[in-house]
Amino acid sequence: MWAVLGATSLLCFGIKLLGHVVPEPWLANPRLQRVNALIPISLLSALVVAQGVMVKTHVVIDHRLAGLAVALAALFAKAPFPVVVVAAAVTSALVYHLH
Amino acid sequence: MRPTSLREGTPFQLIIRFGKTVRMSKLTKNTVRDSLSVALTVGAYGVAFGAASVAAGFSVLESCLFSLLTFTGASQFAAVGVVASGGAAASAIAAATLLGTRNTLYGIQMAPLLRVRGVRRVLAAHLTIDESTGVALSQAPRGVTAMREGFWITGTGVFIFWNIFTLLGALGAKALGNPASWGLDAAVPAAFLGLLWPRLQTNFLRGVAAASMVFAMLVTPWLPAGLPIIATTVVAVGFGWRAR
Repeated sequence: MWAVLGATSLLCFGIKLLGHVVPEPWLANPRLQRVNALIPISLLSALVVAQGVMVKTHVVIDHRLAGLAVALAALFAKAPFPVVVVAAAVTSALVYHLH
Repeated sequence: MRPTSLREGTPFQLIIRFGKTVRMSKLTKNTVRDSLSVALTVGAYGVAFGAASVAAGFSVLESCLFSLLTFTGASQFAAVGVVASGGAAASAIAAATLLGTRNTLYGIQMAPLLRVRGVRRVLAAHLTIDESTGVALSQAPRGVTAMREGFWITGTGVFIFWNIFTLLGALGAKALGNPASWGLDAAVPAAFLGLLWPRLQTNFLRGVAAASMVFAMLVTPWLPAGLPIIATTVVAVGFGWRAR
């Protein structure tokens, strides 16, 4: 736990500082920039799946998916972030207790 | 506003678009109000992080240290998310770091604007996140001074509120007990979905997201826990390799 905390903090700060000290041309490669712009999308998508429908190495459909479905509906309805998260939590908790 | 095409979509242009969105929403009339309203709104998400972190098994102290020291939301969520799904420490660290690489590009944009050295440069680097960069760029029509103020006030403001709300979220989750009983196990993927949503502005980007989700699901049975998340960077590389 402490290793994750320490290393994550150190590396995340390191790459922030890098941007402030490295001359711009070094990171101006268009391919690097295109890939870099897509990395958050890929990782966040994978995290939605890993946390929403997986348990360890298996796909498990449970109360969490109900919560995610409501979150998706809330996002379509342009609800603000806190509403999305709370709506998902409430739905999931309801399904969990009813089941 | 939704740009119809990201054909020339470098991260820099994405930031500029984000900045324009902030400005056009007419949240406020001046730089300080722009900065503080973004800071308070975004900082409040810290509740979700604090709760997710405790649900993943981190202590209240560790959760707070994450927000103080890592201070880049998506990376923090990723680190605790990978740990929660049983991933190895190395996977959690790698996922968080990869998600933080966009801050490097923000730094490249902000450094020539801020022109600071020494301790102030270190502080500026720590405060370089989506929101401080976005607000700074959104202030461009008001001049360089307003841009600098936007960066510092937003960065500092998010830092303060993010940390306060992380503590509240962590304490709250600790008091609640079983995460599933309160829907916390669904709140975390919902938070990831909420972070992902505003980035899906074109069909191309939605395609990247869909492909990444399918990819993660397909490789999960074959790779150690946590690694599938890192492995999806292959999808980003594949889609970003050729110019569109």
